[in-house]
Amino acid sequence: MRRDVFQAIADPTRRAIIVLIAAHAMTPNAIAEHFDTTRQAVSKHLRILTECQLVKQEPAGREIYYQLNAKKMKEIDKWLEQFRRIWENRFSQLDTVLLNLKNKKS
Amino acid sequence: MNHHLLFDFTVDKENNRIKVQREFAAGKKMVWAAWTTPEILDQWWAPKPYQTKTKSMDFRVGGAWLYCMVSPENIAHWCRADYQSIEVMESFSGLDAFCDEEGVITTDFPRSLWNNTFTETGNTTLVNIVIQYEQLAHLEQIISLGFKEGFTMAMGNLDAYFAGQMH
Repeated sequence: MRRDVFQAIADPTRRAIIVLIAAHAMTPNAIAEHFDTTRQAVSKHLRILTECQLVKQEPAGREIYYQLNAKKMKEIDKWLEQFRRIWENRFSQLDTVLLNLKNKKS
Repeated sequence: MNHHLLFDFTVDKENNRIKVQREFAAGKKMVWAAWTTPEILDQWWAPKPYQTKTKSMDFRVGGAWLYCMVSPENIAHWCRADYQSIEVMESFSGLDAFCDEEGVITTDFPRSLWNNTFTETGNTTLVNIVIQYEQLAHLEQIISLGFKEGFTMAMGNLDAYFAGQMH
């Protein structure tokens, strides 16, 4: 099954996992401790994130650590940033318009 | 400016949807007016350096807003929004499109369905926007178009610009 990075970030648990391992690499057990879902569910999310190349596996002794693939994350950033900026721009203009309306009223 | 105000932006590619949440430092009545009155929309709808010019607006179910976004080179991009549902001071939805000056829709561009919901929370108003595209390809096309047309401008001079507008 073909997956892309946007599918990966569509799920709130997967977004939370990304935020979690952004700080430092973690084992699946350590990640699972942060969620109410089963260890299996977390494993499934990690598999999807790995397939999308958003996270990388780093074996260390008998453990496998998951870490963020920063390069892949940048792809999403770049794409989202374009759209986000349009909105930020638009909204900061609306902030000013609302401020002016308020000032006129008072 | 107003960096403390909530701004959430998510792209849900699975459902061909963009969700935007933004909080505004004003009551619901004023924020609603800003989204539904052409004179006010003209002041903010087009991202800088574009200017919005409304040709006509009929804010009723079945009515439409016909406007253009004018570039600094004075090139007008015509758009229209056809209102599909309106619940006064609560929410409204509409179908977006590119068109010509007479409002004749350009069929080779994708349309998207907008749904805007307004919630007052204390001194601020939260606006929830869901933009639904028929196909994911459409979403990507819109974004690449926006990019090409130069909508993504650096905002460095915005504050100075607004300060000038206020006096």
